[in-house]
Amino acid sequence: MKKFNLGEFEEIVMLTVAVLYNEAYGVAIKKEIEERLTRKVSVGALQSALNRLEKKGYLNSNEGEQTQERAGRPKRYFEITAYGKMALEYTRNTRNNLWEDIPKIVLDLKFSK
Amino acid sequence: MKESLPPKIFLILFKWFCHPNLHSYIEGDLIELYQEKVEESGKLKANLKFLIDILLLFRPSIIRPISGFHHLNHYGMFKNFLKIGWRNLHKNKGYSSINIGGLSISMTVAILIGLWVWDELSFNKNHENYDRIGQVMRSGTLNGSTFTYPYLPYALGGELQNAYSEDFKHIIIASLPGEHLLTRENDKLIRKGIFLEKGGPEMFSLNMLKGTKKGLAALHSIMLSASSALSLFGDENPVGKSITLDNEIEVLVTGIFADFPHNSQLHNIEFLMPWELYLANNPWMENQGFKNNSLHIYAELKPQVSFQEASQHIKEAIFNKVQDDADMVKVHPQIHLHPMSRWHLYNEWENGKSTGGLIKFVWLFGIVGLFVLLLACINFMNLSTAFSEKRAKEVGVRKSIGSVRSQLITQFYTESFLMVLLAFIFAIFLTTFSLSWFNEWSGKQLDMPWDNLYFWLISFAFILFTGFVSGSYPAFYLSSFNPIKALKGAGTLGNRAVIPRRILVIIQFTVSITLIIGTITVFKQVQFVKDRPIGYSRDNLLMVRMTTEDFYLKYDVLENELMNSGAVKVVSRSLSPVSAVWSSNGGFEWRGMDPAWQQEDFATLSVTSTYGKTVGWQFLDGRDFSRDLASDSIGFVINESAAKIMGFEYPVGEVVKWNYTDKRYNIIGVIKDMIMGSPYSTPMPTIFYQGGSLNWINIRINPEIKTQTGLSKIESVFNKVLPNVPFKYQFANQNYAVKFIAEERIGNLSGVFTLLAIFISCLGLLGLVSFVAEQRSKEVGIRKILGASTIKLWKMLSLDFIILVLISCLIAIPIAYYLMNGWLQSYEYRISISWWIFILSSLGAMLVTLITVSFQTLKSALMNPVKSLRSD
Repeated sequence: MKKFNLGEFEEIVMLTVAVLYNEAYGVAIKKEIEERLTRKVSVGALQSALNRLEKKGYLNSNEGEQTQERAGRPKRYFEITAYGKMALEYTRNTRNNLWEDIPKIVLDLKFSK
Repeated sequence: MKESLPPKIFLILFKWFCHPNLHSYIEGDLIELYQEKVEESGKLKANLKFLIDILLLFRPSIIRPISGFHHLNHYGMFKNFLKIGWRNLHKNKGYSSINIGGLSISMTVAILIGLWVWDELSFNKNHENYDRIGQVMRSGTLNGSTFTYPYLPYALGGELQNAYSEDFKHIIIASLPGEHLLTRENDKLIRKGIFLEKGGPEMFSLNMLKGTKKGLAALHSIMLSASSALSLFGDENPVGKSITLDNEIEVLVTGIFADFPHNSQLHNIEFLMPWELYLANNPWMENQGFKNNSLHIYAELKPQVSFQEASQHIKEAIFNKVQDDADMVKVHPQIHLHPMSRWHLYNEWENGKSTGGLIKFVWLFGIVGLFVLLLACINFMNLSTAFSEKRAKEVGVRKSIGSVRSQLITQFYTESFLMVLLAFIFAIFLTTFSLSWFNEWSGKQLDMPWDNLYFWLISFAFILFTGFVSGSYPAFYLSSFNPIKALKGAGTLGNRAVIPRRILVIIQFTVSITLIIGTITVFKQVQFVKDRPIGYSRDNLLMVRMTTEDFYLKYDVLENELMNSGAVKVVSRSLSPVSAVWSSNGGFEWRGMDPAWQQEDFATLSVTSTYGKTVGWQFLDGRDFSRDLASDSIGFVINESAAKIMGFEYPVGEVVKWNYTDKRYNIIGVIKDMIMGSPYSTPMPTIFYQGGSLNWINIRINPEIKTQTGLSKIESVFNKVLPNVPFKYQFANQNYAVKFIAEERIGNLSGVFTLLAIFISCLGLLGLVSFVAEQRSKEVGIRKILGASTIKLWKMLSLDFIILVLISCLIAIPIAYYLMNGWLQSYEYRISISWWIFILSSLGAMLVTLITVSFQTLKSALMNPVKSLRSD
């Protein structure tokens, strides 16, 4: 079983890319994350995470249209690869398994507090 | 819509560091965000935000790679070459280890020799005024031959200082080095030191640890070396404390200097004292004028004066002052300066000219080192090419895929550099481990110069040189293969390639055989001289120097006690130990003396009447001194050589007049020559007499008891009678053995070189034989199929090499004869080279050849013919 290695921020980026589907380029991803998670995301952090994920083979990118407000610079759209999907599923499964195995009493205690 | 763009400078900065593949996308994102920000909160804030974003983008995954994004060098190719080279080393383990081993051993030798030569050349360089200090030498003519000595008369010092001072910054008179007893409370030390004038410490630029260089100004002062100060004072500060010299004089320690380094002429000099103190102790010196030669003079030139000019000026300084002495005029003493840079390496003189000295060994070893290295390089090349025939196919494949020739050349160079580098690393290890042995052989104290820049530079040049020399042939030869021929397997050479290898083997074996003959001759010569009859019995003979006044005062008590102890057979005293001639004199006249005879010195040795019995001399004629006959105080015992010079047929009873004492002496006995000086020269004519000064006690230990017991008994007597003097003795047989150290060292070194030369020659031979065997493997296969026996094949393959070695023998024998004959000429007492040495050496070389060759020839003769014939 190959081990998938996803960091917390990487996972969020991947999920966001999935959520945005055909519209996932730098600024859009950034805004989406900032909105949903109410946290600041720097361009640098985001771009290096995207690069890393592409190098690992979880993401794919292609060049998009050039627009006026970008002073003629092209957009770079991202999409999740099949391998990336496997990685996401793997992470999700491990989380789920862990959640399921927590004895009820622990959660009850937590909630009762 | 109004275009608002971020400042250009930020964009340029971003473009500069950003990876080109990502640049346009990220920049697009940034600009998009910037424009939103401008609308939202104004230009200034947007600019600031933009800058922060750019700075935050400065992270590894976004920065452009340093090398650019495609490779502009051949790094990958070199990586491949190294990998292939490494695999090749692994594949032919035997060949690689022989090749690298041979090279690293030769490199080790070259490094060791290099260190040795460096050490020799750096002698005395620790003195700051190294290039301006000189020693005054005196030469003169006696009976047609010219002598040159550093021993000078007392009056010369003052004369130079007064009349010739314009060329010199310092003119320093110094005593000959001598051993003295230093006492502090209960600590006693016997150390070698010199007395010199007060400018001496400054001239020799002493490295002062405590005190100043002006420490010799007061009469009763002493400057100690760090090590002698340590053994006398321990951790205390010795400056200002007093010690006793020879149990007589109190002197004050005024300074401590760092020990002179091993490669300094002043090494072993442990203390310095004022010359004036020496004069005060030896007042007779001042009356000697220009006669008695018993001191040294050192001088430092002024900066603009050359040694030649200064020597020219002082040349006749003695001669001009001795015009009224007919003998001196005849000798015509002349003086000159011997520069410090030449003290160590050029200390031999002939006819007043410096004829070299140790420098010849520097050259000799230097040449040997270079030669060893060169031969190793050629061997390395040879073995490489012999084995690289196997790689012809690789070359073919590479070429047909598209390798350019220059790439193949680079490949073979890379491989040879890889091997040379490995060999060098091994060599460094070997050198480090063998350095202590080498130091023992050569009598040096060498260290690995890890922190010496020159060493690494030279090593680097050395690797470069060896790599290029040894890699060139395979690189150019192998890369020239025609790919079609190489792949078809027809890439073999004719006889043309074998001839240089044969010549090489002949050269190597010539050197080896010459060295074998040389080594045997040296050992024979040393053994011959060791077995020489020495005219006295040196076993159980103990000598003690009378260092202090106590010895003279209490001698009678000492002798009585010694005789009563039972450990001693007989005791006597003499001027000098039996292993050296310290005093020689002229001024003898005898009946029938040739008037034209220019006085040549006789060794003169003042002894007591029991001296003969103590050393065990052997009479040819006449009798020994007798204690009971008063007339023996004007008796001479002379040796055979002296009798020969005097020309008497029956010397006993003849009368000799000695001008020095102005007395007539009777010759009462003639003894066999005793070897007192160098065992390699003819003995000096010697006269033994009674009544001169006596400095040494000679003790013959009772032969009936063990030497060790005898020694400890004698020691207890000495400690009882002379409690203030440490008991220090010499054994005659040990002193005698010391005289062979230089020759034994040469013998050992040449032995090592011989082994090495044989080893290297065998490598060369192995290279040749494997090359030939490789070439003839098919022939051997066919012969085997047709029924040739292993023995026959072995003979066929080996015969060629035996012939080569025979040729080497024929060349080596005359060379070795010439060289060794020349070497032996420098000894008066020597062997003649006998023919069996040549035969033995040749046979030895032949045997070694046969073993080496058989290693490979048997292998090919035993090989299954199917294997060698199958390949095509």
